[in-house]
Amino acid sequence: MSRKLPRERYEKTLSYRLKIWLEGSRDPYLGNLEIRPREPRQEDEAALRRMQEDRKRVRARVYDTEHNREVVLFQKMYRGFSLLFCVLLVAMLLMGVADLPPLGEADRPVNNEVSRRYIEKGLEETGAVNLVTGMILDYRAFDTLGESHVLFIAACTVLILLRADSKKGKNSEEEAEAHDRAYEPKNDVILQTAARLLVPFILIFGIYIILCGHLGPGGGFSGGAVIGAGLILYVSAFGFARAERFFTARTYKRMSFGALACYCVLKTYSFYTGANHLESVIPLGTPGAILSSGLILPLNICVGVVVAGTMYTFYGMFRKGGY
Amino acid sequence: MEFIRNFPFFSIVLSLFSGPLSSVLDGKWAKRANGAVIALCGLLSGAVLWYAARTGEAFVYTMGHFPAPWGNELRAGILEALLAVIFCVIMLLCMWGGSREREAEIESGKQNLYYIMVDLLLCSLLALLYTNDLFTAYVFVEINTISACGLIMIRQNGRTIEAATRYMIMSLLGSGLLLLGLCFLYDLTGHLLMSNIRESVQALADFGQYQTPLLVAICLMCVGLAIKSALFPFHTWLPDAYGYSTLSSAAILSSLVSKGYIFLLVKIFYRVIGFDVIRDSKVIHVLFVFGIAGMIMGSLDAIRESDIRRMIAYSSVAQIGYIYMGFGLGTTAGVIASIYHMICHAATKSLLFVAASGITEVSGKSRYFKDLNGAGFRNRLAGVAFTAGSLSMVGVPMFAGFISKLFFSQAAVGHDLKMLPTLMALALSSVLNTMYFMKTVIRIYSPSGSPVPGTAGALPREYENITLRQQPLKAAAMILFILLNIVLGLNSEPLIGLIRQGLEMFNTL
Repeated sequence: MSRKLPRERYEKTLSYRLKIWLEGSRDPYLGNLEIRPREPRQEDEAALRRMQEDRKRVRARVYDTEHNREVVLFQKMYRGFSLLFCVLLVAMLLMGVADLPPLGEADRPVNNEVSRRYIEKGLEETGAVNLVTGMILDYRAFDTLGESHVLFIAACTVLILLRADSKKGKNSEEEAEAHDRAYEPKNDVILQTAARLLVPFILIFGIYIILCGHLGPGGGFSGGAVIGAGLILYVSAFGFARAERFFTARTYKRMSFGALACYCVLKTYSFYTGANHLESVIPLGTPGAILSSGLILPLNICVGVVVAGTMYTFYGMFRKGGY
Repeated sequence: MEFIRNFPFFSIVLSLFSGPLSSVLDGKWAKRANGAVIALCGLLSGAVLWYAARTGEAFVYTMGHFPAPWGNELRAGILEALLAVIFCVIMLLCMWGGSREREAEIESGKQNLYYIMVDLLLCSLLALLYTNDLFTAYVFVEINTISACGLIMIRQNGRTIEAATRYMIMSLLGSGLLLLGLCFLYDLTGHLLMSNIRESVQALADFGQYQTPLLVAICLMCVGLAIKSALFPFHTWLPDAYGYSTLSSAAILSSLVSKGYIFLLVKIFYRVIGFDVIRDSKVIHVLFVFGIAGMIMGSLDAIRESDIRRMIAYSSVAQIGYIYMGFGLGTTAGVIASIYHMICHAATKSLLFVAASGITEVSGKSRYFKDLNGAGFRNRLAGVAFTAGSLSMVGVPMFAGFISKLFFSQAAVGHDLKMLPTLMALALSSVLNTMYFMKTVIRIYSPSGSPVPGTAGALPREYENITLRQQPLKAAAMILFILLNIVLGLNSEPLIGLIRQGLEMFNTL
């Protein structure tokens, strides 16, 4: 059943507009939006020349090129020699690589008893379905212990460099907030809506990656990075004032201390019992269950906490020198 | 297993744990914790040294439930424990000597960060000494690099930021080369544990397989560690890093950080590659040449310098040159001399830094030679300490430097090709050392009442005097450093015996 519509009325219906929109035969912005072409950028010859001259003058002043002919000569030779050096280094490395054992053959030196035991007995000995996690957090846990402290000390170095704690008091806090917001969009609706939708999922996904590190791909480092990214998204959408309700520099310090101390103590126990041939009381559990593989799960959580906190700290420090 | 075998692990974990702990403490408590940890680590290492000397053999310590090629491993012998004790003692004295400067130059809110850096630096040094696994060594090299950067730039002015940037770039380049070398070695041998790599490398050398990649790996590791320990052509990061950072940082960096890398190189020579393979690879000739070049060029740079801190820093370049020259001789005697020189340079250079700060303090904080006249009278202990350090560096009998030069020449005698260059370089470098150190000593003991040359007869300003009682901690540090130098100089025989035994232990296990 159909009825005949006059054209004017038909053009007002939803289906006609949908059809037009799908076909793209009419530009919806036409007549509604003013678009002016951008003016071509004018190269300011004088400013450019001034800049070049300034650079030359600064160089002359810094190195005193008038009197230091050797510096000028050195700088010229420097480029030539660096090129030569790079070519030599590349040639040397290529020569070395060309003689390495060919990739993918069965009798390469790396396919030895070490990797064999990791693969064959890894599940039985560490209880972790994910062999990589079993390797880094059980067989070679000492390296990972060092590695998590690398992150911690890197965060501390950034604190040394960027933390600005000379200003104190409420007034300066407002100033800092204003300064922080100077180049950032304030209350961006799109960003806030997206963040409100995404952040919970990102955080839950990060927690999932950490908790399932011993069962599948994942672990503390990757999960912590995901959580850190979620926190950064949150803070760019809603600002530090809201984030500081649950996460401050003090929280970071305590969290990372707690996590690293926990890691240290757990691993000390494990190393101590292992080296002295004592029976460890930590059960390995059923492989595949969430509460299994001994210390790997708590260690993954510790590493995740440190990584997430470190990423967030880096962001806060680089953005405004404190949070 | 005896309980004492846990001590290397305990000392590493203790210092590792104290880092995060300091982040929740305030500056004062972090300082106390730091001092206690250094002292405790020294005591633990002393016990290990006693144990290893008594049993006469090294022991390995399995980190965890999995034995050697699968899990990590520590190994402690006489040499490792001896160096650990000495590192702890020197670090503690450096921290004492620089405590006033530290409190003045570092913002109060960042004091505890400094102690985090020092704690983790100590941990990485201990781990570098004790580890029997190349990859673990690399991880702790990373910690070492980052904490050294932090130590440089925590005193924030333009020069230290620049120095830290330069240090970071050079040092990361070194780490990268070291890592590349490790990758090559792993690909060739399939192992990361030092003992296993050495077996495989020996087999490769015997059958003549993979000679080019092996040589490339050795070169990469040598160059990487040479950059990190400031061997001559790679020393450009050094003067600023040592010259402008706060006192205890400069002393620790010059005396300990570079030594940690050098000891890692010794370990790679003896325990990873095997000294015979290294000797056959001719890499040591390159090290020898650059070592000698460093001895001369470093001293020449130091002579040209007009800033006392930078002069001492340049002198480090020369001393690192000595150490590499000893390796370059390619004999065990040469390596023993180098290790002895490592110890004696660590003890002397930190003394010089502390004494130099005492001298500049009474010269209106000026570090330029023209202002130092008579400083030795205004701060008597610092003057004596600087003189003692200079005499040791120059190589006057009774002081540590003399013994190491003696051992270097003894190691060179009888060497068919390298004897003459070594002896000549030693003589020339000693003369150059004398020139710049004695110039300073004469300057600080010239009466300040006399007109300063170059200032048209103007009388110098009045400066304050500092007595021993005003700075008890620094004075104690200087006195102990002087004693350490004299003990090293007068009583070297037992130490040399320990080093020799320790090197022999490297061949077992």
